[in-house]
Amino acid sequence: MDSNQAAKQHSLVGSEADSQRTLYPYVTGTSVVALKYKDGILMAADMGGSYGSTLRYKSVERLKAVGKHSLLGASGEISDFQEILRYLDELILYDNMWDDGNSFGPKEVHSYLTRVMYNRRNKFDPLWNSLVLGGVKNGQKYLGMVSMIGVNFEDNHVATGFGNHLARPLLRDEWHENLSFEDGVKLLEKCMRVLLYRDRSAINKLQIAKITEEGVTISPPYALKTFWGFSAFENPTVGAEGSW
Amino acid sequence: MDLDLSAPHSMGTTIIGVTYNGGVVLGADSRTSTGVYVANRASDKITQLTDNVYVCRSGSAADSQIVSDYVRYFLHQHTIQLGQPATVKVSANLVRLLSYSNKNMLQTGLIVGGWDKYEGGKIYGIPLGGTIIEQPFAIGGSGSSYLYGFFDQAWKEGMTKDEAEQLVVKAVSLAIARDGASGGVVRTVIINSEGVTRNFYPGDKLPLWHEELEPHNSLLDILNTSSPEPMNI
Repeated sequence: MDSNQAAKQHSLVGSEADSQRTLYPYVTGTSVVALKYKDGILMAADMGGSYGSTLRYKSVERLKAVGKHSLLGASGEISDFQEILRYLDELILYDNMWDDGNSFGPKEVHSYLTRVMYNRRNKFDPLWNSLVLGGVKNGQKYLGMVSMIGVNFEDNHVATGFGNHLARPLLRDEWHENLSFEDGVKLLEKCMRVLLYRDRSAINKLQIAKITEEGVTISPPYALKTFWGFSAFENPTVGAEGSW
Repeated sequence: MDLDLSAPHSMGTTIIGVTYNGGVVLGADSRTSTGVYVANRASDKITQLTDNVYVCRSGSAADSQIVSDYVRYFLHQHTIQLGQPATVKVSANLVRLLSYSNKNMLQTGLIVGGWDKYEGGKIYGIPLGGTIIEQPFAIGGSGSSYLYGFFDQAWKEGMTKDEAEQLVVKAVSLAIARDGASGGVVRTVIINSEGVTRNFYPGDKLPLWHEELEPHNSLLDILNTSSPEPMNI
């Protein structure tokens, strides 16, 4: 799903200086996982900003509130995410300036982001992100995703990057309508722990955000315990020296 | 899974910015290389943007110079219009704006550091791509690869000015020891409410690390100080 693998484009245009095209990302965030629960949306992401294979930045906030009714989580190039946040600031500002008592809900924000991402893709100059947009307005829960090529959809649970391969199977099995807050958090943490074990770019410092009719709460950064106590882990090559 | 993300180019230089209780200390090596030749062994990579904000430059010398020239120009006008010194945050954001909008053409990683009356000492890292990230300390350049572990262990919150400067000098010196693209002297710039102080630590005054030897003027000095026995070669 994530187009990080379709990295380099072969230039069909003469000089790269005159046509703006993002070739590859530099500082990247890894998976975002989100699900709908009884009162709204729960979303989780770690706080890592990788620079190639180096885990360079360890306090990057990848979950942000947008307006009163939405929560945005991003994976991919962090500078592009920061620029998207600026576009959204402007969007929300103009919305407030109408002063008509109405405010953009998650559906509207998702639609705006889809247009932005798709139009950039058409110019061969994508914003190198996979975005998760969740929110609640007037009792209606909404959870959607937009990729860097403009593919967008809504679902009861979504994930980006590695999360597509590791978290979604878990969510497919264990998600159900009307999850309690506790069960939702536990399910997300189960996904995040698997990602920590198996995603090289994951770090053990994450935030979980919730959005309900009342508003957005983003947890302080915290770390998960990991389990290494399988007897098979202790001496895995006994009886088969040289294996791994 | 083939993650062909084309890992970032290594950048000649070691640059560091560290906050302490009262301000910031910026540090850098002084080597500018063109390929394997050292074009300038005493460069000054810590460049002034305003009276109270400086930037450490790494990567392409040309790109980092032009970015800091533009930002100095804009900040000069901004200061006149504002009627008071620019904040570190505004300075860093201007650098970000140029780095982000020209990401396809620029190859420079920058560390903006300074002091203002609203937020005190602040450090902002602006790597390739134009991400802006506020940090208690930042490292950059090719030499920084050798310092991640060092800082993980040696950094602590609430250092004094002298502790911070010593940490910076030690770190740049360690990076110079292992990174071929870093070398020369260590320059530091300390910025706080009282003003700006520039310091200079020449290559021969830096501490010696593993497998490095005490420098001498000549072999003859070594031979003369030891007892007169024939050389065994």
